[in-house]
Amino acid sequence: MARSVSVQAKAGYTIAAWVIALVLFSPILWVLLTAFKTEAEAIASRPTFLPETFTLENFAAVQERSDYFKHAINSIVVSVGSTLLGLVLGIPAAWAMAFAPTKRTKDVLMWMLSTKMMPAVGVLIPIYLIFRDLRLLDTVHGLTIIMTLINLPIIIWMLYTYFKEIPVDILEAARMDGAELWNEIVHVLVPMAVPGIASTLLLNVILAWNEAFWTITLTSGRAGTLTAFISSFSSPQGLFLAKLSAASLLAIAPILLLGWFSQKQLVRGLTFGAVK
Amino acid sequence: MATAQTRNLSRLMMAPAVIVLLIWMIVPLVMTLWFSFQNYSLINPMMTGFAGWANYIYVIGDPSFTQSLVNTLILVGGVLLITVIGGIFLALLLDQPLWGQGILRIIVISPFFVMPPVAALIWKNGFMHPGYGMLGHLWKAFGLQPVDWFNQFPLFSVIVIVAWQWLPFATLIFLTALQSLSEEQREAAEMDGANAINRFYYIILPHMARSVTIVILIQTIFLLGIFAEIRVTTGGGPGYASTNIAFLVFRTGILSNDIGAGSAGGVVAVIIANIVAFFLMRAVGKNLDA
Repeated sequence: MARSVSVQAKAGYTIAAWVIALVLFSPILWVLLTAFKTEAEAIASRPTFLPETFTLENFAAVQERSDYFKHAINSIVVSVGSTLLGLVLGIPAAWAMAFAPTKRTKDVLMWMLSTKMMPAVGVLIPIYLIFRDLRLLDTVHGLTIIMTLINLPIIIWMLYTYFKEIPVDILEAARMDGAELWNEIVHVLVPMAVPGIASTLLLNVILAWNEAFWTITLTSGRAGTLTAFISSFSSPQGLFLAKLSAASLLAIAPILLLGWFSQKQLVRGLTFGAVK
Repeated sequence: MATAQTRNLSRLMMAPAVIVLLIWMIVPLVMTLWFSFQNYSLINPMMTGFAGWANYIYVIGDPSFTQSLVNTLILVGGVLLITVIGGIFLALLLDQPLWGQGILRIIVISPFFVMPPVAALIWKNGFMHPGYGMLGHLWKAFGLQPVDWFNQFPLFSVIVIVAWQWLPFATLIFLTALQSLSEEQREAAEMDGANAINRFYYIILPHMARSVTIVILIQTIFLLGIFAEIRVTTGGGPGYASTNIAFLVFRTGILSNDIGAGSAGGVVAVIIANIVAFFLMRAVGKNLDA
């Protein structure tokens, strides 16, 4: 791995990379710092770097104003619920395609991928009307269904690429030993598949958490997720910069942490296995 | 090994996912097509019946459509240009021997995990606001007049925000591709006396070509549907200056309650996406034989 370069060159690369990285990170850093400032300090004409008076009152104000916890719970239910539902549908399908492929498996996979290409606005209006008529507008379960559908192709693709890497010989050996299908699944496949399933789960929770088309168009007050919660800050009311930061920090912090853990799987999941 | 029994079993296992996706794909799309040929307004219930091409003529004939189409192309093209060139550059830099490479990776990827409305509002209020935004302070520090970004350069401002979100994605993919380039190959090239520029053109770039294609295609799919960033910053304005096709459909169908015309716009969006999807499927499909 280590290429031999002079210490000066390494120092030069390091400084350049850190400067660029910090510039890219600065909006997130701004949120992190502003969330703990007072409103007056946040809009001061001479901006401060660290908060002069460290305060937590923005967080209380945000909870008071638009009920962060309700939205956070909606986000958790929708993102985790849709991912679990997607796994229930996706695991058998991916398993079948990876271990019992037929001539048409490739076509089915490509077709599934193609459903992901459909622009949301192309179906927004019928979905909106169906939801209105079935009284699913602004409900958590309605949103969960949509989120399951839009992420199902990615779930199946990711699982498929992971399952593909499980050596078939092991399954054959288990079959030779006369293991029943159920035993084969529980004792052989599951232990080998768990890491892939876990990565798929993680990436899809992140994607569903950050989804901002259906969550905004199909919800208003009751079922609003954090994306809708944040969008309610789009029309400023009085002094709100520090409160906006506190709200933003609360909305992105959980997923930022999850994202850092799953960045390697992200590449694979989002490129449908084309880049590993 | 594939006996009739396993075949039936695997069909059964695939059935739920396939059926669900089939319904999801066909039903709304057929409805959009149907509505697009109907007179259908939520405000005016008297307006009913077959409309022929009237909705399409109304949507496509309106100057807002041409502007939205051009805006969509500028938005997608601009973001791609910034993220692909910036991403290659950044990936090459991060691939060098550095101190703190692991932390750098995490810092650089972070913007990708910020949900779109948060990203847009941070930029709008914390950075691009002429009064108290950080860019305004920076401009003042150099003795310049702060810029009112969203009024003066609405589309450019949206491009900056979206590029900020997608640059990490491109960088991460390119970095992954770079790191799979074998060290021997590079060293051999170095031994043969290839200089840095030659190595980049003849070894690194061809190796990355595939990931560049993938990044362009995947980003295009997502970028065609940019919505939240526009919704919370400019609301498509001033006028239609930052309205793309996705936002135009939302504006026509949901905000103005014109289901027929909104659906016609939706069909156009589907056609545009399909053209892109065709190329993406071919690129991804090649990899599937492995």
